[in-house]
Amino acid sequence: MDKFGFTISAGRQIDYDSNNRRLAEYIFEKEPSFRLCIECGGCSATCTTANFTGFSLRELHILIKRGENDQVRQNLNKCMLCGKCTLVCPRGVNTRNIVVLAKNAFQKSDEYEI
Amino acid sequence: MKFDPFIIPFNIGLYFIIIYVVARSVIWFHDLSRPDKLRLQRGFFGIPFALSLKEIFMESLIHRKILKTNLRLGYMHMSLAFGWFLLIFFGTIEADIFGTKHLNAPYKAIFFRFFNPEHGRIGFEATYGFLMDLILAFILSGLLLAVIKRFYSRVVGMKKTTRLKITDRIALTSLWLIFPSRLLAESFTCGAHGTGSFLTGSLGAWLASFLPAQQIAYPFWWLYSISLGTFFILLPISRYMHIPTELFLIFMRNSGIKTGDKAGTYSEVQTYSCSSCGICIDACQLNFSAGITNIQSAYLMKAIRNNDDVSEIVDNCLMCGRCDQKCPVGIELSPIRMIQRRGGEAENDIRNIYNGYFRSRQINIPEKVISSSNYSFLQESDPQKADILYFAGCMTHLTPAIKNSMIKILEASGVKYNFIDEQGGVCCGRPLMLAGQDKEARELINYNSQMIWKSGAHTLVTSCPICYKVFKESYYLDVEVLHHTQFIKKLIDEGSVKMNFLRKKVVYHSPCDLGRGSGVYDEPTEVLNHVSRLEKSDFEDENSLCCGGSLANMKISSQKRKKIALDAATELTKNNPDILATACPLCKKTFAAVTETRVADISEIVAEALIEKPIKINSGSHANSIKELANI
Amino acid sequence: MSKHVVVIGGGVAGLEVAGQLSKAGIEVSVIEKEINTGGHLNNWYRLFPDRRDSSEVKEYLDGMTHNHGINLLTNTTIEVFKRNTSHFLITTNGGKELTADAIIIATGFDLFKSSRKEEYGYGIYDNVITSVDLEKMFRKGKIALTNQTVPETIGIIHCVGSRDEKVGNFYCSKLCCVTAVKQAIEIREFLPDSKVFCFYMDMRMGGAFYEELYREAQEKWGVNFIRGKVSEASETIENKLLIKVEDTLAGRPLKMKLDMLVLMAGMEMSEDGEKIAGIVGLKTGENRFFAATDNLIGSNRSNIDGVFYAGSCTAPMNIPETISHARAAVVEVIDYLNDGIR
Repeated sequence: MDKFGFTISAGRQIDYDSNNRRLAEYIFEKEPSFRLCIECGGCSATCTTANFTGFSLRELHILIKRGENDQVRQNLNKCMLCGKCTLVCPRGVNTRNIVVLAKNAFQKSDEYEI
Repeated sequence: MKFDPFIIPFNIGLYFIIIYVVARSVIWFHDLSRPDKLRLQRGFFGIPFALSLKEIFMESLIHRKILKTNLRLGYMHMSLAFGWFLLIFFGTIEADIFGTKHLNAPYKAIFFRFFNPEHGRIGFEATYGFLMDLILAFILSGLLLAVIKRFYSRVVGMKKTTRLKITDRIALTSLWLIFPSRLLAESFTCGAHGTGSFLTGSLGAWLASFLPAQQIAYPFWWLYSISLGTFFILLPISRYMHIPTELFLIFMRNSGIKTGDKAGTYSEVQTYSCSSCGICIDACQLNFSAGITNIQSAYLMKAIRNNDDVSEIVDNCLMCGRCDQKCPVGIELSPIRMIQRRGGEAENDIRNIYNGYFRSRQINIPEKVISSSNYSFLQESDPQKADILYFAGCMTHLTPAIKNSMIKILEASGVKYNFIDEQGGVCCGRPLMLAGQDKEARELINYNSQMIWKSGAHTLVTSCPICYKVFKESYYLDVEVLHHTQFIKKLIDEGSVKMNFLRKKVVYHSPCDLGRGSGVYDEPTEVLNHVSRLEKSDFEDENSLCCGGSLANMKISSQKRKKIALDAATELTKNNPDILATACPLCKKTFAAVTETRVADISEIVAEALIEKPIKINSGSHANSIKELANI
Repeated sequence: MSKHVVVIGGGVAGLEVAGQLSKAGIEVSVIEKEINTGGHLNNWYRLFPDRRDSSEVKEYLDGMTHNHGINLLTNTTIEVFKRNTSHFLITTNGGKELTADAIIIATGFDLFKSSRKEEYGYGIYDNVITSVDLEKMFRKGKIALTNQTVPETIGIIHCVGSRDEKVGNFYCSKLCCVTAVKQAIEIREFLPDSKVFCFYMDMRMGGAFYEELYREAQEKWGVNFIRGKVSEASETIENKLLIKVEDTLAGRPLKMKLDMLVLMAGMEMSEDGEKIAGIVGLKTGENRFFAATDNLIGSNRSNIDGVFYAGSCTAPMNIPETISHARAAVVEVIDYLNDGIR
């Protein structure tokens, strides 16, 4: 019973057991406020980039947490770092730093095996 | 007596440091860019040279700027620097006049008393001896302060003193030993021969009364020589390198050399010129409001010198520029920090102590790996033609009161304008630059530049000081860039808008990027004076506080930001003003969260005071609706 | 000799405490800063969950005070507060002196000042109103825009000033969700052709019959619920309100034009409560409400013997909770008066 039906469409599921969550751990360590998100979407709503293209900071954060790093890598650089999200966040998450940390981590990807 | 082996440590040290400094200067000069080389050469034969000499005297010796900010700390620095200078200067003359021959080797002056123990009994000799003792006493008084400062920094009026590394400690100890050992060596010698003036003479006589002065003097001369030698040898790898380096800095600055945005000789000379005096630490709000005490500029300079990992220090800074204003050496601290941010994390190579002497290229930070275009999703824009562009800025969209006030003012002035980011614009690029991502920023700058150019406008007005600074400095625009306070000032001067006088007590908070960052101090206060009763605060112009909301600090927690904001707001609203006025949406939002006093942008106050022409503004009757709501 | 208790605050909690103490034969004075008693109750139209008219509760409370001979001091505030060995001495703004054996603090709450969330445009844009403004419209029997036309699409924003680090309130005000549901239903009742959208972070329907009301709002009244925090609002040329919100469940930004925006203002420690905390020397918590000595079994007790709390001056509470808390305070006070211990 260890598959529990999950083999049926492998591409659709988040494989939490085998996903690499080092990026998330790295950000948790460097920016503890990363844990505080309640997925309200305020950041995505106010986002300057989201006015122009499909980009959701909230989604980006949850993808990092789940270890879906490829999707993160594809979208991360769209952020303009304008900081509106940080100003809106009701939980005081340091959203900009999370983007900067993730960018740095991808640049040093060997070290973090992302 | 012509020679004694005890002078050897001193001689080794002295010749080492002379050769080292010469070699280092040649390398520095070599590493300069071509234009900077020319500047320096021109400066050498021109007015800058004279200016530098004056500045070296005023700042490196007298320490005028430190004296101005902190008298006791200034006295400490002055007595050591100026006192030592006088001691060498008059010592050399002493050796020249009273010595056996003219043009002596340096050691003859330094150890004059050892070689001339009978000197200074009568007449002019005695007077001169008195002068030398006086200078020594002057130095020793400063040294006493320095020792006390190391253990109780508050005595010299400093809240924090800088922490030291091991070579600094040894260098510091040898520096501390130099003058007491000279005092004792001279005193014992004088005691044995019954010479010496008020200090060495009396101390010597007293010591000789119960000690065998002649025998004890000799080890102290050794100690004196060893202290000097050790100090000179450790100088290049300790913070005392600032003593010779500052002379270069002053000369380079007066020749018109600037930090720029890449590491090079000038940024390196500046990092070495930092004496770790700690004035930047006291000026830093992260220190006195948020309790963050390891990231201030003095620590950054030290970490760069030591080739430490600076990543944690570099990003944890509001870039408010308060330390730049206060640095007595005039080091361009923020630009140097920006260079480090651009560089990303440098490779952390382990070095032994000897490498410290040969690290002239260590500031060459590895280039960041930069990905290809990030913002290809941006569609080409096609803006409406207009004379004046209004660019509210990202943050202003979160402060609709500022946005609406600006619309009201623009409408009232009757100019032909286009609110270019009404539907939301592209970020100005400065937030990326502050994160050290210049190439990415350049993409946004190019996008916005094109949009501005296409509009055919001659003036660009923005409400956000962050945008203003980058428009001014990093955009190559053919338009006049104005912050809205400057624009409003212009409208008032031209008579395009008329205003009532509001009987409100206002205190002005100068935003960092507008004030210290861009030098716009006058227009905001002039506008406020025009419409309201502007009151003085303790933190004006260059001495303004940071609201704590700065985008430049990526690391700080929201609680610490709040603490900075709260402290600043409390200071500014001390005399219960009706309005805490600012000229930045970010400052406004940051302050509004922590104070009960009304926080308003200058544009809001102006819009309130505006005598409206009977033109209908696009969005209906604002004033009425606000009144109605207030009455519910 | 009969004991005398002074109750500070003449809202739901204060009046309930006063009535119950009086019934137990204790002499009671109520100090109320406003001209009328009843507090926030005077502003509400109907009350959740069963949507009874607020005046019914008001009548009950008035009955309590009138029938039991309570000394009602309206338009009164406290200037001086002193304690000697067994008594409290209070001087009012009118210079009146009161001696009390025990004190009950029932200063209630203030509504969050919505203009502090500037990005929502309260006080800046036409037709951005608060939940209280809407209740007042209900009482007048007319929901209208500033130009006196009837709104067709109405958005309700939850959590304005609650669960928001930016305004310094970490806590949940607990009642705004159900208020939003109640008001959404009432809007639909008044304006059957309107569309109502609630923008929420979480639907916190913890009270008795709240979840049922939520179901009713969906099922019977067709209220729409969208999960996402509105980040900002803007006004269009035709005087409509544009909001920015991410439909977090769809994972995409949602663009919507609204005629009216209602802000669900949260509850905060009252300003007068803070003053009294200062005058009396009472401890307040990180949420700025009065801090009880024990959150489990002593939520009425203060750090001063003989001073007790009742109602929403200690935390956000709905009316049944406030009434229960007030009655619990009565038991504490009677114990204290009988035994001299709290």
